[in-house]
Amino acid sequence: MSISANDIAYIANLARLQLSEAEQEEAAKNFENILALIDQMQNADTDQLEPLSHAIETSQPLRDDIVTETNQRDTLQKIAPKCEQGLYLVPKVIE
Amino acid sequence: MFKSGIAEISRSLAAGEYSSEEITAAYLTRIREKDSALNSYITICEEMAMDQARTADTSRAQGDVHPLNGVPIAHKDIFCTSGIKTSCGSKMLDNFISPYNATVVENFNQAGLVTLGKTNMDEFAMGSSNETSYYGTVHNPWNKELVPGGSSGGSAAAVAAHLCPAATATDTGGSIRQPAAFCGLTGLKPTYGRVSRWGMIAFASSLDQAGVLTRSAEDAALLLNLMAGHDDKDSTSINIATEDYTANLNQPLAGLKIGIPVEHFAEGLDADLEQKIRNAINEYEKLGATVKDISLPNSHLSVSAYYVIAPAEASANLSRYDGVRYGYRCKDPVDLADLYKRSRSEGFGTEVKRRIMMGTYALSAGYYDAYYIKAQKIRRLIKNDFDAAFKEVDVIMGPTSPHTAFKIGAQTNDPVTMYLEDIYTIAVNLAGLPGISIPAGIVNKLPVGLQIIGRNFSESQLLNIAHQYQQVTDWHTMTPEI
Repeated sequence: MSISANDIAYIANLARLQLSEAEQEEAAKNFENILALIDQMQNADTDQLEPLSHAIETSQPLRDDIVTETNQRDTLQKIAPKCEQGLYLVPKVIE
Repeated sequence: MFKSGIAEISRSLAAGEYSSEEITAAYLTRIREKDSALNSYITICEEMAMDQARTADTSRAQGDVHPLNGVPIAHKDIFCTSGIKTSCGSKMLDNFISPYNATVVENFNQAGLVTLGKTNMDEFAMGSSNETSYYGTVHNPWNKELVPGGSSGGSAAAVAAHLCPAATATDTGGSIRQPAAFCGLTGLKPTYGRVSRWGMIAFASSLDQAGVLTRSAEDAALLLNLMAGHDDKDSTSINIATEDYTANLNQPLAGLKIGIPVEHFAEGLDADLEQKIRNAINEYEKLGATVKDISLPNSHLSVSAYYVIAPAEASANLSRYDGVRYGYRCKDPVDLADLYKRSRSEGFGTEVKRRIMMGTYALSAGYYDAYYIKAQKIRRLIKNDFDAAFKEVDVIMGPTSPHTAFKIGAQTNDPVTMYLEDIYTIAVNLAGLPGISIPAGIVNKLPVGLQIIGRNFSESQLLNIAHQYQQVTDWHTMTPEI
C-alpha cells in the first residue's frame, strides 16, 4: 500500500500533531514498511472468529453508587501549565 | 553488600548486620560513582531515600515490620511517585510531578521499602532498546556499546550493575523479559490484571502489566507478594485471591510437562543461543520434567496484530497530553489547535509520534475493520493456540529473544527491524499470559534468556520452575564488571 506525504498530513491532523515536510516524507516511508508488516495478517482466515478485545474476558465490576473521590482541585491544578481562579486557561476559542 | 539480592538484604537487615540507612547510603554512593557511564537512572531520590531508610530503621527498632522493611529498590519512571518527577522517558512529562503514588509504589512504601530513584526507559515504554528516551540511551553493563533492551532498559541496567538490588518494570510486548535476557536477570511479567495498573502511565491498556527485574526467582516472588492483588482503583485488575508466591519455590519438578514451540526455534534464531536454550531444557529433563514439541501455528502473526492493537490503544491513551492540564505546553499558542499540535509535536519524540499516527490510522474511518477488528481476530487465534497448547503441556519454554544484546544504533534506521525484536514475547501479552525470562547461559560474553510461559495466574508455578533451575545452575549469579 502506498502512503503519500498528504496521507501523513491528514493522519497527523487527526492525531493533533504537526510534522515538518521532511518528517512527513520520512513518516510516509516508514508507514509503508510498517503497513507491509501489518498486512501479513490479512491472509489469515478469521471469518469464524469473534474479535478479542481483552485477554482476560470478564465483565466490568460494579461498585456501590457512593462518593469516593474527594475534591482535589487545588492539588491537581498545581501541576497545570496555566490556571486562574480554579480554571484551566487555553487560547481564546470564541471571538 | 551491594552485590546482594532482595532476599539476602532482607535477612541481613533482620540479623542487624547493617541498617537500612547504611545499605541505602552504599547504593546511593555507588549510583553517583557508576551511573554516568550507564545512564540507568533519570532521577536519584537521595533525600527521600535516606528519610525512608531512617524511618525503616526506626520502625524495625520498635518492633514488627514487613520482612522487606528497609530494602532499597528502584522504580521504572512510568510509575507515579508523589513529589518526585515521573517523566515516562518523555519531554512531555519532564516537568510532571505526580500528586499521588501508583498503587505498586504505595504498596512498596507501606511495607517500608526504600526508593533509590526512578529508572530510565524508552519514551512512554515504546521501544525495545532504550534508545527512544528523552534522557538518552541506556548502556548495557555487560558491554557499554550495546543496548540493555527495552523498554525497561534502565531498570535492567541498574539491577545488572548493582545500582539497586531489584527494580519495578512494565511489559506491554516484552519490555520486562527482553531487557532481563539482555542483562542477565530474572524478569517476571505477571498475568494481565494480576498487578494494579493504577498510577502506571498507560501505553496500551489491554496489554500493559507491571512486574519486576531481579537477581533471582526468589527475589521476584518476594516482590510479587507486595504487588499482586485486586485494586478498586483499577477495574481491570482481577479480583481473584493472591497467594504467597514464595510458598512453592521448593516444589520438585518431577512430572512437569514442558512444551517446546517449533516456531520459536525457526529461522532467525542465533545458533549458539539456541544451543544454550536447548541445554537449559535438558537441565529441566534432569530435574524430572518431560519435554515435547508443540506448535503455536499463528505466532508469526503476533507482531502484525500487536502493531495495530498497541498503537491504536496508545493513540487513545496519549490523547490526554494536550498542553492544558499537565505536562509540556508550547510557548505562545495562537489558538487552541496550535496549542494542541505544537505541545504534542514538541513534547513527543519520533517513535511516540509514529505510533500515535499508526494507531490513529488503524482506527480511522474506512480502516477500522481492516486493521483493528482484524487484529483483534488474530488476537483470538493466538489465544486459541495457547489454549490448545496448555491442554497438552504445563508450561512453554524457548528463547526470550532471537539473539543477545545488539549494538547501540544498529537497529534504529527501520522501525520494523526493531519491532521484530519482540517476536517471541509479544504473543504472551496478546494472550494475557504470565511469562518469565531467566539467565540460561553466556554467548560471546553476553547473557542469554530462557522464556517460560505459563497458564493464566500460574505465577507461583513459573517462579517455582525458575527457582529450581537457579538451584542447580549459576547463570543468574554472573554479573558484569563495572
